[in-house]
Amino acid sequence: MNGVPALALADITCRFAARDGRSDAYTAVANATLEVAKGEFVSVVGPTGCGKSTLLNVAAGLLEPSSGTVEVFGERLLSTEGVNRRAGYMFQADALMPWRSGIDNVIAGLEFRGMARAEALVQGEAWLRRVGLAGFGDRYPHQMSGGMRKRLALAQTLILSPDILLMDEPFSALDVQTRQLMENELLALWAEDRKSVLFITHDLEEAIALSDRVVVLSAGPATRPIGDFRVDLPRPRDVSEIRMTPAFAKLHREIWGAMREEVLKAYEAQKVL
Amino acid sequence: MRLRILQILVLVLLIAAWYLLTAPGLIPPFYFEQANRAAFFFGEPQKVFWVIVEWFVSGEIFIHLAVTLLETALGFSIGAIFGLGIGLWLALSPTASAVMDPYIKGLNSMPRVVLAPIFAVWFGLGIWSKVALGVTLVFFVVFFNVYQGVREVSPNLIASARMLGASRRQLLRSIYLPAAMSWVFASLHNAVGLAFVGAVVGEYLGSARGVGYLILQAEGTFDINTVFAGILVLTAFALALDSAVGAVERRLMTWQPRAGETEKV
Repeated sequence: MNGVPALALADITCRFAARDGRSDAYTAVANATLEVAKGEFVSVVGPTGCGKSTLLNVAAGLLEPSSGTVEVFGERLLSTEGVNRRAGYMFQADALMPWRSGIDNVIAGLEFRGMARAEALVQGEAWLRRVGLAGFGDRYPHQMSGGMRKRLALAQTLILSPDILLMDEPFSALDVQTRQLMENELLALWAEDRKSVLFITHDLEEAIALSDRVVVLSAGPATRPIGDFRVDLPRPRDVSEIRMTPAFAKLHREIWGAMREEVLKAYEAQKVL
Repeated sequence: MRLRILQILVLVLLIAAWYLLTAPGLIPPFYFEQANRAAFFFGEPQKVFWVIVEWFVSGEIFIHLAVTLLETALGFSIGAIFGLGIGLWLALSPTASAVMDPYIKGLNSMPRVVLAPIFAVWFGLGIWSKVALGVTLVFFVVFFNVYQGVREVSPNLIASARMLGASRRQLLRSIYLPAAMSWVFASLHNAVGLAFVGAVVGEYLGSARGVGYLILQAEGTFDINTVFAGILVLTAFALALDSAVGAVERRLMTWQPRAGETEKV
């Protein structure tokens, strides 16, 4: 890809002080290096509890790493200057404002940027249509289903047209059918203007179906990338159909081979606890 | 509908029992030695009723109700504003919260009704001593709710707003304040009720107007029927106030899920 990466994490280490203050600090992420090129869709997979979200929070500027640097389009991301302004973040859990109606949630970002309400509403309605929620703008989040809330969150993030999209297992709480629908919609929206995406998931199939590249993380503590696989499946893709192709199966076997050991390690570690 | 009928039946039975047990000479006295003693201590429902009718017909009651209502409203608003402001401040500033913690706890565990005589000295016998008592009662209810509410705002929500570009002030306005307000409304019934208690207790301890004053006056002349009339008017008034609060709450809290609501699509 051309020139500077959209997002470059270099030698990131995150240590957390132990809660009781006596035992050693917990190292969630150690010496992790990760790059996302402009317009690239990168998935990060790893066993549960391996610090995937930590890595994403570092990329978002929400968490300052103990050491290492984050560069966004070649510029250092400094904690003193706040969060990563060029990134949008979609959370695993609901992060909608329950006291705002659908449309007011969608235009929240525009409002924070000081756009006039009338203008913001026009854009908001357009985005509601794009995510298939036209006519639902006056509903409150609690009046929507899980899938609708995810669409709303997607519109809320994408309306600001961020150059980088950070997604933390956004669809993990959805049922399988809704999830595949949402994945297809995400791909369709992404294909329109090809943002850079860093997508966190524990689901290898989801990762392969969506991405250009899959990065495998080791089991925690001291997580770091241990494998980097290019996904050369043709686009546009249909996530439920592409799973049936031999090329997909081959990739899956290959990446799972790298992941397997780490998943077992993580499982053992959890059993000890 | 059947429920309503049963509810009214309970009321009728209660009044009937009250009448039977107090009407002089209706049944032979079984506790007091004299026939009219029960009426002296417990009043008589029909007399209480006529006292109330007389109050409303002559219009005498309205000024007293208005004063009590004004004291309640002022006590509630001032208490709620202080509770909201200080609750937000302490919840967002860990240092201040740690410093103030023992004092807040101490003030809260103090029986604040004992302040009423002091307020009477400070603010006189007008409405402000009653408002002050209402404020001290309301403040803590709202304060603790807001404090708790702000501290329990989901970190996800805050991170999300920050990623959407919210500045510190916008965070306060769009996240913390609405979250805190929802807790203020959750405590609204309680807080309005306490403001009312503050007003009436204040009046009762010394005043020139208000329903509490009416009760105090009647008690001074052993006019037990008027005392009961005052109590009944206060009760009806408190119920009306509570349902008004309920209506306001329903209007302002449309965004909150109600139990058993099935409106999802």
